[in-house]
Amino acid sequence: MSDGVQSERGLSTRTVEIVVAATVFMLGAVVVFDSFRLGARWASDGPEAGYFPFYIGVIICGCAAMVLLHAIVGKHAGPPVFVAWGALKRVMQVLVPAAVYVLGIQVIGIYLAGAAYIAVFMYWLGRYSMLVAVLVGVSVMTFFFLMFEVWFKVPLYKGLLDPLGFLGY
Amino acid sequence: MAELSALFHGFAVALSPLNVALMFLGILLGVVIGVLPGLGGANGIAILLPLTFSMPPTSAIIMLSCIYWGALFGGAITSVLFNIPGEPWSVATTFDGYPMAQQGRAGEALTGAFTSSFIGALFAVIIFTFLAPLVAGFALQFGPPEFFSVYLLTFCSFVGLGRGSPFKIVAAMMIGFALAAVGIDTVTGQLRLTFGFAEMMRGFDFLVAVIGLFGIGEILQSMEEGLAFQGKSAKINPRVVLETWAKLPRYWASSFRACLIGCAMGIVPGGATPASFMSYGVAKRVSRDGNKFGAGQLEGVVAPETAAHAAGTSALLPMLTLGVPGSPTAAVLLGGLLIWGLQPGPLLFVEQKDFVWGLIASMYLGNIAGLIVVLTCVPFFAAILRVPFSIIAPIIIVICSIGAYTVHNAMMDIWLMLLFGVVGYTFKKLDYPLAPLVLALVLGDRAEDSFRQSMLMSQGDVRIFFSNVLVGGITTLALVLLLWPLLVRVLPRTRQPQPG
Repeated sequence: MSDGVQSERGLSTRTVEIVVAATVFMLGAVVVFDSFRLGARWASDGPEAGYFPFYIGVIICGCAAMVLLHAIVGKHAGPPVFVAWGALKRVMQVLVPAAVYVLGIQVIGIYLAGAAYIAVFMYWLGRYSMLVAVLVGVSVMTFFFLMFEVWFKVPLYKGLLDPLGFLGY
Repeated sequence: MAELSALFHGFAVALSPLNVALMFLGILLGVVIGVLPGLGGANGIAILLPLTFSMPPTSAIIMLSCIYWGALFGGAITSVLFNIPGEPWSVATTFDGYPMAQQGRAGEALTGAFTSSFIGALFAVIIFTFLAPLVAGFALQFGPPEFFSVYLLTFCSFVGLGRGSPFKIVAAMMIGFALAAVGIDTVTGQLRLTFGFAEMMRGFDFLVAVIGLFGIGEILQSMEEGLAFQGKSAKINPRVVLETWAKLPRYWASSFRACLIGCAMGIVPGGATPASFMSYGVAKRVSRDGNKFGAGQLEGVVAPETAAHAAGTSALLPMLTLGVPGSPTAAVLLGGLLIWGLQPGPLLFVEQKDFVWGLIASMYLGNIAGLIVVLTCVPFFAAILRVPFSIIAPIIIVICSIGAYTVHNAMMDIWLMLLFGVVGYTFKKLDYPLAPLVLALVLGDRAEDSFRQSMLMSQGDVRIFFSNVLVGGITTLALVLLLWPLLVRVLPRTRQPQPG
C-alpha cells in the first residue's frame, strides 16, 4: 500500500530493541528471583526445584544485558525504522479487533464472537456490503459449528452467557 | 535385510483404505495450509492435532506427516508464484523461481520444484529407512548424561548454525526453557513461577505458543506489509510437465549434491534453511550457468528445493529415534506422539514396530501422493491466495483461536495465543529466532530431568558429561558449536581451537 512507502517515519528499531531487551531482562530477573525463593541449591536429596531455572534466569539476564548494550552503544545494522506509523496503524487494525474478539469469546462464546468478528472485519477493512459480510461470517461459523460440535464432538467455548444454549450442544 | 521386510510390513499397514484416504486428505490440507498466510506446517498441525485424538495413532501420524509434506510442497507454490516464501527454507527458491514465473515459465518452475522436492524427499526416506533403526539401536544404550548431551548439542547447534546475534538466539532459547519450567516441578512437586495463579499451574503449552508465534505473528506481519498479493498465474499441463522432466536429468549432479547436503544438514536441528541456501550457493558456484543464477534458471530452483525437502524429511530422524525434534513442525509431531500415548525415542523401534514402519512407509507413499496432488491442483491452490486478505485474515484468526482453545479447553490459552502473537511479530522483526524458543519449550522438562538425573548420578559433578568417549564427544561438539560465533571472530584462520 502506498501510504506505507511514503511515510518513512515510524517507531525506531533502537527503541523497540531497548524495550524488548529490558523486558526480557526483567523476565529473567523474575525467574531468578522465584527460583531463589524455591531454593536453587544442592539439598540432601539432590538439586532443589529452583536449581535449573535459576541458571536459565541468569543466562536470560546476561544475554538481555548484552543485547541492550549493543542496542544502546553499538552500530545497528538493520533498518532504522522498526515499523512505519502507517503500517503500525494497519497492524493495530488487526490486533485491537482481535483482542475485542477474544474478549467477546469470553462473554458470548467462540461461534457468535467469530461470526461478528469476521463480519465486522470484512465490512470495515474489506469494504464489503454489510449483507455479504454477515453472510460470510455466519456461514463460516456454522461450518465450524457442524464440524466441531456435530461431526467431531469437540465442544468449543460457549461463553459466560451461553447464548447458543438453546441448541442443546 | 530386516529393514526391508519391516518396510514391506509397513506398506501393508499404510495401504489400508482408511490410511490412503487420510494420506490424500493430509496432503490436500497441508498444501492449503502451506499456501495460506498465517498457517504453516507447525501451527497448522498444532491446530488439527485435537481432531486426531480419537484416531488410531498410526492413522493419525500418517495424516499429520502428510500435512507436513503438503505444507513443504505448498511453500514452493507461494515462492514461485507470489515471491512469498511460506517457510524460511523456501527463501532460496524465490531467487530463480519468481523470475521464471515473471517470464511466463511458472509451470516449468513449479514442475521442477515439485519433482526435485520429491526426489530430495525420496532420497532422504531411503537413507532414513536404513539409518533410523541403526541410530535407535545405538541410542538404546543411552543414559541420562548421553541424553542431556544430545539435548545440549541440539540447542548449541542453533547458536553455531544461526545467522543472527548469538545473544538473541540464546535469549530466545532460554525464554523457552523458562516458560517450560512454569508449573509443577516433575521431581519435587513444588509449584514454580506460578505466583499464586491457579491458571499458571498447568504451565505453558507449546502448541498454544506455536499457534500464536507463527499464526497470529504472521498475520500481523502480512497486515503490516499491506493487503494485496501480486501473483503470477500458473498453468500446468502434461506437456509442460513432460518437457520439464526431460530437462531435469541434466541437473543430476546438482540434485545429488543437494540430496547429500539436505540429508546431512537436516539431521542437525534448524538445518533445513541453511541446507537450502548452501545447496543454492554450491550449485551456483559449480554450475556452468552459474552467472545466470537469479535470472530464472531451472537449476536454481532444483538445488534449494531438493535440499530443503531432503532436510525436512531427515529432520524427523532424530525426532523418532532420540525424541529430539529438529524443527518446530517435528516438535509438534512429537507432541502428537506424546498425546497418543507413545514415548518417542529408541524404544519406539522395539515396542511399536507397526507405528514406526507404517510411518516410514507412509513417507514413501505420501510423497508420491503429494507429487500427484500438487501437479494436478496447482491452479486451485493458487486461487486460494487470490481470496482477499480481508476475508482470509479474520477466518485464520478464528481458526487459530479454536486451535488454541482445543489444546486444553482453556479460555486462558486464547489470551496467551494473542500475547504470543505479539511476541512472535516483535521477535521476528528483531531477529530473535522462534524455532529455538519453541524447541526449548518442548524439550525443557526432559532436558532438565536428564540434567538432574545426571547430576544425581554424579553427586553434582559436571565431569559426568565427559565421563566416556561418547558423551564426552557429543558434549565437546556441542561446546564447539556454542562457542563457534566467538571462535570465528577471535581466531580467524588458526588451528582447530580447543574448547574448555
